[in-house]
Amino acid sequence: MAEAGGLRSSDRAGAAPSEDTVLRPHAEQQFADELALLAEHDDRPRPSGWRLSPWAVTTYLLGGTLPDGGVITPKYVGPRRLMEVAVATLATDRALLLLGVPGTAKTWVSEHLAAAVCGDSTLLVQGTAGTAEEAVRYGWNYARLLAEGPSEQALVPSPLMRAMREGMVARVEELTRMPSDVQDTLITILSEKTLPVPELGAEVQARRGFTVIATANDRDRGVNELSSALRRRFNTVVLPLPASTDEEVDIVARRVEQLGRSLELPQAPAGLEEIRRVVTVFRELRSGLTADGRTKLKSPSGTLSTAEAISVVTNGLALAAHFGDGVLRAADVAGGIVGAVVQDPASDRVVWQEYLETVVRERGEWRDFYRACREVS
Amino acid sequence: MPRTEIYGVRHHGPGSARSLRRALEEFKPDVVLIEGPPEADVIVELAADPGMVPPVALLAYPADTAARTAPGGEPDAPGRRAAFWPFAEFSPEWQAIRHAVETGVPVRFCDLPAAHQLADPAEPAAAAAPEPTEPDGDETERIRLDPLGWLAQVAGYDDAERWWEDVVEHRGEGPSPFPAIAEAMTTLREDLEARPLQGGHAVPEAYARRERQREAYMRRTLRRTLKEGYERVAVVCGAWHVPALRAAVPVGQDDRTLRGLPKEKVALTWVPWTHGRLAHWSGYGAGVRSPGWYHHLFTSPDRPIERWLTAAARLLREEDLHVSSAHVIEAVRLAEALAALRDRPLAGLEEVTEATRAVLCEGAEAPLALIRHRMAVGERLGTVPDSTPMVPLQRDLQAEQRRVRLKPSALAKEHDLDLRKPLDLERSRLLHRLRLLDVAWGEPGPGGGRSKGTFRETWTLTWRPEFDVELIEAGVWGTTVLGAADARARALAAETATLADLTSLAERCLLADLGDALPAVMRSLADLAATDVDVLHLMAALPALVRALRYGDVRGTPTGPLRTVVDGLVVRICVGLPPAASGLDDDAARDLLRHIDAVHESLTLLASAPAPAAAPLGRDAPAESRPVARPGQEEAASDHVNRWQNTLAGLLDRPGLHGLVEGRLTRLLHDTGRLDDVADRMARAVSIGHVGHEPARAAAWIEGFLSGGGLVLVHDEALLRLVDGWITGLSADSFTDVLPLLRRTFGQYAAPERRAIGEQARRLGTTAPSRPADDEDLDLARALPATRTVAQILGRPV
Repeated sequence: MAEAGGLRSSDRAGAAPSEDTVLRPHAEQQFADELALLAEHDDRPRPSGWRLSPWAVTTYLLGGTLPDGGVITPKYVGPRRLMEVAVATLATDRALLLLGVPGTAKTWVSEHLAAAVCGDSTLLVQGTAGTAEEAVRYGWNYARLLAEGPSEQALVPSPLMRAMREGMVARVEELTRMPSDVQDTLITILSEKTLPVPELGAEVQARRGFTVIATANDRDRGVNELSSALRRRFNTVVLPLPASTDEEVDIVARRVEQLGRSLELPQAPAGLEEIRRVVTVFRELRSGLTADGRTKLKSPSGTLSTAEAISVVTNGLALAAHFGDGVLRAADVAGGIVGAVVQDPASDRVVWQEYLETVVRERGEWRDFYRACREVS
Repeated sequence: MPRTEIYGVRHHGPGSARSLRRALEEFKPDVVLIEGPPEADVIVELAADPGMVPPVALLAYPADTAARTAPGGEPDAPGRRAAFWPFAEFSPEWQAIRHAVETGVPVRFCDLPAAHQLADPAEPAAAAAPEPTEPDGDETERIRLDPLGWLAQVAGYDDAERWWEDVVEHRGEGPSPFPAIAEAMTTLREDLEARPLQGGHAVPEAYARRERQREAYMRRTLRRTLKEGYERVAVVCGAWHVPALRAAVPVGQDDRTLRGLPKEKVALTWVPWTHGRLAHWSGYGAGVRSPGWYHHLFTSPDRPIERWLTAAARLLREEDLHVSSAHVIEAVRLAEALAALRDRPLAGLEEVTEATRAVLCEGAEAPLALIRHRMAVGERLGTVPDSTPMVPLQRDLQAEQRRVRLKPSALAKEHDLDLRKPLDLERSRLLHRLRLLDVAWGEPGPGGGRSKGTFRETWTLTWRPEFDVELIEAGVWGTTVLGAADARARALAAETATLADLTSLAERCLLADLGDALPAVMRSLADLAATDVDVLHLMAALPALVRALRYGDVRGTPTGPLRTVVDGLVVRICVGLPPAASGLDDDAARDLLRHIDAVHESLTLLASAPAPAAAPLGRDAPAESRPVARPGQEEAASDHVNRWQNTLAGLLDRPGLHGLVEGRLTRLLHDTGRLDDVADRMARAVSIGHVGHEPARAAAWIEGFLSGGGLVLVHDEALLRLVDGWITGLSADSFTDVLPLLRRTFGQYAAPERRAIGEQARRLGTTAPSRPADDEDLDLARALPATRTVAQILGRPV
């Protein structure tokens, strides 16, 4: 890891309590062995500031087998070209903007990209309506500021500033939720690659390897629409919803397994059939069309993303392990599904009831699921 | 010692073309042999004409198609047997032709003559195009059909075009790739020939035989050329054929292969071609997906990526999308980084497209689709010089196109024609005539192209290369567009056996201004109408005729014969309708009703028909609103209406009429004001005592009476009042009986309509009585002109 700048704080991930006890390890912790394996076999040129070559980063994201038989698990299941564009963007030290509806793995991709490129995915600015300029530029330790006057010691750097100093990848989550004026502070950073500190008469110049990965939500357009000046400093990659049921089942099953391990749930085999059913329900309601394309449906107000399907299944697994017979059954996921679908109690309940009575009821092999849903709704 | 160089190329590969051009300049051949039909040898010099701009194609067609010119001659299933050899600017073959023509070296085409290719029924296409085969298809077959694809697969590419681009097209300046290609093909063919022995499947026999013939002919041409004493012979052919041309095959064997081939008289010419056609139509086994991109690669070898992306940015700016030079710079960098990441020597179309999407389009798909359509395919239409051999019809069309100032273009373009302008009228006539000849250059817009009134037509014009074939085939009918369309219309009139088809033909004749053919069509029509016993056919024919009559008026076409036919038709319908209306089941009644409605509407239209639009009109005044009508016509028309209404009235009193029809007729006659006892009839129709009373019939009656949707009830207060009065007048018992029927009818209306009807019905009791009082304040004198105009527009008698 690059040498920490003078202001580097000590509560970084690396110094955090033992990895076994954290609820959710960072990508670079969870997949440390894969990253090490890739670095070992990586003989292609690496852009300065990168810990892996762009080829290795692509392999890390999409999975693959190394010459010695080492297996890299896929982190992103979807079109290869999207990941290639993302990696190529970062390799040309451009900023990357990941767009997509909620639950299309934007944050997930950005975390893994950062972990693979610079080995650190924690330089993160979370965009909210209350994000202040200090979170993007720098703040002050007021006690020291009052006692000593403006000095480098009194400066509290933002994650972005740290990333610039160390030549790392900074992440900005939910860029469009930030107020416009805060967004605009990014413009100078991205085009001039420098952050002036007028109080000290100094500036921080970004080291090679610095870049920004931002995520933004398609549906939130209009919250704080990006200015075109900022927009054109990003290369945009739109992450789509999974293209097919099989792909989505694959994603859900994979993530559920990983989550189950890190949450130390009692081992319960995640029945693929049950997962397929959850995914089918989600896809049908999302697209407003049954899988066979014969029946039109109403769509509920929620997004019904893959991420929600994952949480429904995980939740069901926990139920099955603790209160059920250890096998994921229809009754375990029914509650979660109803919760995910019925977001607006008035209109969504109608949508759900219609779906239940017209589609689910007709499917012979779904009888248990129908009964379970009837019970909870 | 004569020297022969064989250049194996990829058809339509810009890299091949560039390498070939260089190789030819170095080799300086004194004769060039090119894979193509030898009949084209005589017209190859046209390639040097400045008027010849690719994409163009050699077109071979059976010579007797155009030779027969007798109008009315039976076109015995005009054979679609034509073959094309397309050339784009970036086709190696085209570059070879240009090189030869520029340096004054003779060009010979050495493929199997088109005479044989067209004559062999087993092989309709010029040369079976290796379609991209199924991935799970038999391996041997795949190698044979797509050798380069197989090589690409071996090299680890999933797409042959990309592989070829990387290995050949993107090489830029370098040693000639041709020896290596020849070597690869030799190995591949040897490998393939060894396969059937190992138990693999052979390629389709017809395909293999055709290929043997083609290669034998190529060898024969090569031998002849050498015998003529040429010293430096260059042969340009598909890479696959190189080993076969090099092989030492005994003359006798080739002669045996080529003996007794079926033959046909063919004619060859150059026709304009389009990039779109190159993109999905496989010339001789090599359709390219993105001709625009290849054209770009060929014409701008200097910094192609930068130029392409700049052009894309300009295109987006034209569409008012903000794209700066900074965008272009970043897009170029991204494309290059992507190419590096994918281990490609130079960014290809795919990388450039990704970069365009991520940077120029900021992730949006719509502008990307625009770029794909306008640039990657890069729709363009080639031109051929005037000296190209053409059938007279093609020449006439060219003259017509110049006259009405319509230029053929491969890009779909919309034209809005105002038929009151002479030029636009001429254009419309030309397009309609061409449609009669099956040359669908213009597609009429929605609503038959008349959505905006009878004096406007919308057309979408797209020129497709196969129109030249259609024109050559249509040469049977005549030497000018007008003459051919006329002859075609007469022939169609003689053939057509149903009234509806004939009337639509009459309509087309009017649209195309084929006044000479119209009497023939009308004669057929009158004959058919006289003998046709099915009144439904007559009724189906009437609307189109009435439309034609009115439309003809606007276009200034004489419609005398048409009117005669309409008059006869109306009389026949009125006579034939009553017998046809009895003893119907539900479906037949519904069918009849549709026709009755259509005829009723047409006749109303006819009665309000305006005078021909002779005088120039104000731009915004539709022709229909002209207040003066020709007295004679008016009379005839109102005669028809009277006769029709009398027929309907007579029909209404016949017993045993289907409920639906009776209800509808009651309503129609009520609307015309001819019935004064509607309320009684209504009561009678649903009363218990009615003859043959049963609930279903009553329901049908109500349905027929109220058909036309719930909105009629909302707006026609008199009707609503009638229905309202009838319902409120029912006794309690009758009401219970009728209620299900009403529910059935009203249940078909949409919910908002039902609500509106209800609100209207509530208002009936309250505001209605006060209305007549308002009338006393009206200034009738002032209201009269406005009322008259409105009545005119609505087509009501004033």
